[in-house]
Amino acid sequence: MTDIAATVQPRFALSLGRGAQLLILGLIFFLAFVVLQGTSTLPHNDDSQVFLTLNGVRDWVDANRTTNPVFVYLLGPIRSAIDGLDGIVTSVLSQASWVGLLAVAGSLGLAFVSWRTALLVVGSLLAIGLLGLWTETLQTLVLISNSVALSLLIGIPLGILAGRNDRFLAFITPILDFMQIMPTFAYLAPLTLIFLIGPASAVIATLIYAMPPAIRITSLGIRGVPVQTVEAAESLGATDSQVLRKVQLPIARRTIGLAVNQTIMMALSIIVIAALINAPGLGESIIVAIEKLKFGDAVTAGIAIVLLAMVLDRITASASGAGLPAVIAIGPLRVPRRTLRIIALAIAVVGLVGGALVSAGSGFPSGWHVSISKPLDDAVRWVELTFAGLTDALKNVVSAGLLDPIQTLLTTSPWWIVVAAGAGIAAIVNSTRAAIVVAVAMVLIVALQVWEHAMQTLTMVIVSVVLTMAIGIVLGVWAARSRVVSAVLRPINDAAQTLPSFVYLLPALALFGPTRFTAILAAVIYSVPAVVRLVEDGVRGVSPTVIEAATAAGASRLQMILKVQLPMARRSLLVATNQGVVLVLAMVVLGGLVGAQALGFDVVSGFSQRNFFGRGVAAAIGIVLLGVMLDRITQGAGQRRNVRGVVGRLGVGLNSNRVSREAG
Amino acid sequence: MSLHRRTLSPAAALMGTFAIILSACGGGATPTPSSSAPAASGGAASASAVAAASLAPCGTVNIAVNPWVGYEADAAVVGYLLQNKLGCTVVKKNLDEQTSWQGFPTGEVDAILENWGHEDLAAKYITADKVAQDAGLDGNEGVIGWYVPKFFVDANPDILTAKTDPTILNKYAAQFKTSESGDKGQILDGDPSFVTNDQGMINGFGLNYKVVYSGSEAASNKAIQAAVDAQRPILVYYYTPNWFSSKVDLVHIEFPAWTPGCDKVATNIKCDYPPYHLNKVVSTKFATSGSPAFTFISKFKWTNDDQNAVAADITSNGMSDDDAAKKWVDANPSVWQAWMP
Repeated sequence: MTDIAATVQPRFALSLGRGAQLLILGLIFFLAFVVLQGTSTLPHNDDSQVFLTLNGVRDWVDANRTTNPVFVYLLGPIRSAIDGLDGIVTSVLSQASWVGLLAVAGSLGLAFVSWRTALLVVGSLLAIGLLGLWTETLQTLVLISNSVALSLLIGIPLGILAGRNDRFLAFITPILDFMQIMPTFAYLAPLTLIFLIGPASAVIATLIYAMPPAIRITSLGIRGVPVQTVEAAESLGATDSQVLRKVQLPIARRTIGLAVNQTIMMALSIIVIAALINAPGLGESIIVAIEKLKFGDAVTAGIAIVLLAMVLDRITASASGAGLPAVIAIGPLRVPRRTLRIIALAIAVVGLVGGALVSAGSGFPSGWHVSISKPLDDAVRWVELTFAGLTDALKNVVSAGLLDPIQTLLTTSPWWIVVAAGAGIAAIVNSTRAAIVVAVAMVLIVALQVWEHAMQTLTMVIVSVVLTMAIGIVLGVWAARSRVVSAVLRPINDAAQTLPSFVYLLPALALFGPTRFTAILAAVIYSVPAVVRLVEDGVRGVSPTVIEAATAAGASRLQMILKVQLPMARRSLLVATNQGVVLVLAMVVLGGLVGAQALGFDVVSGFSQRNFFGRGVAAAIGIVLLGVMLDRITQGAGQRRNVRGVVGRLGVGLNSNRVSREAG
Repeated sequence: MSLHRRTLSPAAALMGTFAIILSACGGGATPTPSSSAPAASGGAASASAVAAASLAPCGTVNIAVNPWVGYEADAAVVGYLLQNKLGCTVVKKNLDEQTSWQGFPTGEVDAILENWGHEDLAAKYITADKVAQDAGLDGNEGVIGWYVPKFFVDANPDILTAKTDPTILNKYAAQFKTSESGDKGQILDGDPSFVTNDQGMINGFGLNYKVVYSGSEAASNKAIQAAVDAQRPILVYYYTPNWFSSKVDLVHIEFPAWTPGCDKVATNIKCDYPPYHLNKVVSTKFATSGSPAFTFISKFKWTNDDQNAVAADITSNGMSDDDAAKKWVDANPSVWQAWMP
């Protein structure tokens, strides 16, 4: 994908001059804080006019749902169509026996990837069955299939359009940003209001979150087609649609395959939240387990999600993988691929028919279930009891030493000074244009009347990003310098990104209590893997000639890292910071569930209580605005988001390491 | 960017074949309905063919299951009896409270079995829209209030004088201080969907405390567990009946008793929470459908002890909802027979 990599533009250089400017700005900000502290603050008010107005909008929708033509003739049929689709897919899947489904999955792996993948896929599915989660996994699969199918049906055409039309891309990019940063919680309640409780709401909630990567990556693929190739086709008299069908789509096919793969991974990552509106499946298993404080059960369901992700990833990855060899070696055997496909088809047919005859529509035999909950519960209980004192001290130090001072600074300073400081930082590290965007975003936060909570959330985001970068850089550099570390970290990273964060909340709560620190911990665990990958990738990318020169000049290991490798990988570090910010923001709402208060809690309570609907919506928009603001500060000046930024922000799936490698 | 061999058409062929085979299986080879099929409408849908011959056909009953285990116990027993004694098809939907009410006008939800107040929702759905109605008390008495672990009361018995003098709590504020409450004591509030007057009470009683939201019931429970493990003081907003209160020993710190109207000004409340007589709410559609299930749900009434027994079997003894329900039903025939239409 060298042509895509070529579009990665060089980032700004943080020159000494800028460093000095930042220092001066910080000094001015601090002086102003000392003098003006406590004036022009914007304390939170639960009964603000904005919240009440938003409640009014909700009441209007509620009152007009059964009579307004938009609901009756547009949204109603959409709901019925999706519910119908859900019914069809459910009945198809439930007719196939577990033996048949194993055979189909295995043969897909065999036919399109490799026999190793086939074994891995079958093994993973068997493991899910043994864990006793076969039915739940099928329910999740139905939700994922429907959401992904609809996401691609809408997303790929839009992506093609965005790839061919600059104005459309400029129009849709902020909408996609909004869709991805807007917390899912915020639209769960309105969705059930409009589409009622049922499959349609769950599918649409998933679709809103999973579709943006399909559009972005497809557009990227189309734009990755070399201009010369398109011009050559045009000069030969190809029509517009011929250029699309014969040139752009075939060349972009591999990237579009990646879009499919990423959409699936995104859909999987919100099934736990979809469970809150009665979407059955593995997400529901996790929610129920957490409610009963059953860590072992939550982990078991989490493992099933990781396994399912792996299966879907490996099967769909073939679409974005390199061309397959015509002859496959299986041990000493050499089998032509065509023969292999026929064998695979035969296995699938035999499995389906055989399974249907022997155990039609029955679930995985319950006698085979193996429970791993008890040892997990015991282990985590031991950790909780043993380390509680230590972790409590750590939490108190970070809270009093880092969180409290920053929070005081941001919430008790006059709001206009904070806005000026934000815009000033953006102007120094980026451009005047970025500064304007930042200022507008912050003023909108003021207008939404969520300022104080936004500043509390901003504090947590800043601390989370600092911790994420510190840990990510150390691990990333280490992994880049040692193949062993890299090999050890990779599966851990995969698991940390795919395992729903809900799973490890219970022990985190026991160790750190319902506090801001627990929320920060969850955000750091979620964001570090992507940063590690980007840093590792960047450091590995440093030219060997430079390394050799530095070695010849007698640089010590520390000098090599600090003076050569990190500065040379600066661009990757900046991209990693930007990704860190985006991923940390995605966890703000989850933080609200474990004691983080502020915007995250407002969004959660807006979903739970009718009176707080308006506050929840305002808080959700506040989170989006914080996202825009931080994105503009950490991202390059006046440039469109670079390729790594786009692909990296999707870094949820198992294969984001592959994504970043390919993009590089 | 590498161009590679087209593999799309064999892929399509393979998938196509599967589709045909699958539909063929669906068409005739395996006509028996699947017991493990993912439920089309979500939730733990399950049907029972056991029909009670003497009664009107029951049809389908959609029961909202709100996210606490006591409610799950209600739903377990009601669902079990509806299915096995009245031949109803019971569809349980895991929803939070507000979303459950939203399901009344559309028929997505027929019944809520344990409603904690919610005057705003009742005003809209029962009084104004008339799409739902009260179906009587479920017998459970809810108590909301401030709780501390028993060991703390044993060591500091005068905290119980809060019933007459709430400011006694200020004496202990420093002990309840955490990293989240600044220089004040912390009162840990729970799940955002629960009713809370705590800020109003802090104002009204003049307490040196800060409300900190744990954000979820699980977070509160885990915090209590950790505090009890470490014998550390903790002050929580809590409620009974609750399966977790049987695992840890919590004591209710009572304030001056609730009187009608004492909590009218939300920002300044000088009394404890009112006692909650938990009730059932059903959709008007369901109430007028003539289903024997409506009569049954209207008569459903049991005690906190009953509920806690079933809830404990579900959470601590690892029983399924149905097994726990069956155990209770077998042991208490006289109680549930009174609910039968």
